[in-house]
Amino acid sequence: MLISLFGAVESGVIYAIMALGVYLSFRVLDFPDLTVDGSFVTGAGLTAISIVNGVPPVLATVLGAMAGFIAGCITGVLHTKGKINALLSGILMMIALYSINLRIMGQPTVSMLNESTIFQQLEAIWSRLGIDAFFNGILTALGADRVPTTWVIVIVMIIVTLGIKFLTDYYLKTEVGLALRATGDNQKMIRSLSANTDSLIIVGIGISNGLVALSGALIAQHGGFANVNMGIGMIVIGLASVIVGEAIFGKRTIAIATIAVIGGAVVYRIVVTLALQVDFLESGDMKLITAILVIIALIAPKMIQARKEQKRRLRKRAELSAQVEEA
Amino acid sequence: MLNLNNVSITFNEGTPDQKNALQRINLDLQKGEFVTVIGSNGAGKSTLMNVISGNLSPDVGDVFIDDKKVTFLPEYKRSTMIGRVFQDPMAGTAPSMTIEENLAMAFSRNKKRRLKRGVTKKRKDFFQEYLTTLNLGLEDRLTAKVGLLSGGERQALSLLMATFTEPNILLLDEHTAALDPSRAELIIQITEDVVKKFGLTTLMVTHNMQQALDLGSRLIMMDKGQIILDINGDKKRELTIEDLLQEFKRIRGEQFESDRAVLG
Ligand SMILES: Nc1ncnc2c1ncn2[C@@H]1O[C@H](COP(=O)(O)OP(=O)(O)OP(=O)(O)O)[C@@H](O)[C@H]1O
Ligand SMILES: [Mg+2]
Repeated sequence: MLISLFGAVESGVIYAIMALGVYLSFRVLDFPDLTVDGSFVTGAGLTAISIVNGVPPVLATVLGAMAGFIAGCITGVLHTKGKINALLSGILMMIALYSINLRIMGQPTVSMLNESTIFQQLEAIWSRLGIDAFFNGILTALGADRVPTTWVIVIVMIIVTLGIKFLTDYYLKTEVGLALRATGDNQKMIRSLSANTDSLIIVGIGISNGLVALSGALIAQHGGFANVNMGIGMIVIGLASVIVGEAIFGKRTIAIATIAVIGGAVVYRIVVTLALQVDFLESGDMKLITAILVIIALIAPKMIQARKEQKRRLRKRAELSAQVEEA
Repeated sequence: MLNLNNVSITFNEGTPDQKNALQRINLDLQKGEFVTVIGSNGAGKSTLMNVISGNLSPDVGDVFIDDKKVTFLPEYKRSTMIGRVFQDPMAGTAPSMTIEENLAMAFSRNKKRRLKRGVTKKRKDFFQEYLTTLNLGLEDRLTAKVGLLSGGERQALSLLMATFTEPNILLLDEHTAALDPSRAELIIQITEDVVKKFGLTTLMVTHNMQQALDLGSRLIMMDKGQIILDINGDKKRELTIEDLLQEFKRIRGEQFESDRAVLG
């Protein structure tokens, strides 16, 4: 149980990078971008095949992320220059990427079990530091009977993901970033303020998919393989993370919204892990659970709000009738 | 400063819906001129604004700003030189962003946007000082989302955003039409002040004839895609609504049709 929760947090933090990408397209640019399902695999596949062919894992990861960036840019071009509806541009790119990913990988699954991935390299450095023994010592003292094999992934990934979060926060506050946000808010206005909305959308969707592909590249190395179908439903998981995160942690400022997205991604993984522990649920039920989770996250805040509002009104009515009775 | 040379636009050419929105328009604006534009609904006033801003490109004819041909310069490039306020108070600001962020975006209008913080301490002070001139108390609400402002407050903000970088040309398209009379009055007051302060070359569309007469140094009247009347200087100062209606009747041989135009 503890181990599987630990695993959930571990992969949740990696998937959070994908969720940040989805936040950029879906929330900031108001662009429902389905490229994600394809670009996640592009990142995973290109990185895996590169590693298998002897490219250093760090470089392979960067290559994967860049491929995702380019895929996103193409979606942006289809939408802005080709004047194709946003949803459709993403769908077209998604199915195009399926074939491209297969070409890149050469086969449906690329295994890295015999290769050294970025995480194994980190682990090699890490094991000399003795930090694992320290954390596991605490866990054992707290009464855990089984402890995680390594803390490196979760700690390094928290640092990397938070780093990306802070970069995103900063970027969205720069002059370019403000224009990007306005593009998702009021295109006519920002164009009249001399911003080239087409290039902002192209670059914005590019960055979004770059993050998605980076996440894919890391997930592949975490799991030890890339599969051409591993991106199916990824956009929904990204949306679930964004929506669940916002429902739990709020979205008042950008800094809060981005940390909420990360939190949402982790919570999502935990919910899935817990659901899998339930006897009658199978892994095939995950998509249904995801859908239900998103529905709850969308409806619950509104219902809570409506409840509060109703209580407030009832109280006011009660006060008023009390006053009338007194008089 | 601004020249339109034989500009024509036809919408839906060759269909029963054909509309000659602009017909061979020639217009020369000197630097600092403040022109009010009147005309009935569908006369082509907004189309004229859109041709100048680059939102539309003319079928024939050319547009020059500062003797530079800009006919095919895309809108976002041209807007380094042009400030605009739209009729719809929602159109000129980004509602989910704060007042200071909106101002920062407007501040970057005539500069290259960089990867540097948009809202700096120095700019904040500058924005605050400017907002104070509006007398709406917006200077104390820099971090409020613009979506929370009333239509009048937003329009005042849009006006500030359009002008404080001192654009070569200011385009106002019925920018008080959506406001109640007292707010409209306030916006007009602010308009007059900033135009005077920066000596902005301005085109202002209005349906309020009195306003068109009171403001600016020149008045043009449009009808069916043409400029049918162009008056400036002393002649404009002495002009009355009655004169305008008479003049319209003389030129067109019919009554001025828009009742909205006579109101006010
Ligand atoms: N994009 C377009 N496609 C087709 N017809 C258009 C388009 N834009 C404007 N028109 C037509 O061109 C004519 C001029 O429109 P325009 O908006 O310039 O009028 P206006 O003088 O601004 O009127 P109003 O006072 O109602 O704002 C109208 O008949 C309008 O229907
Ligand atoms: Mg109009």
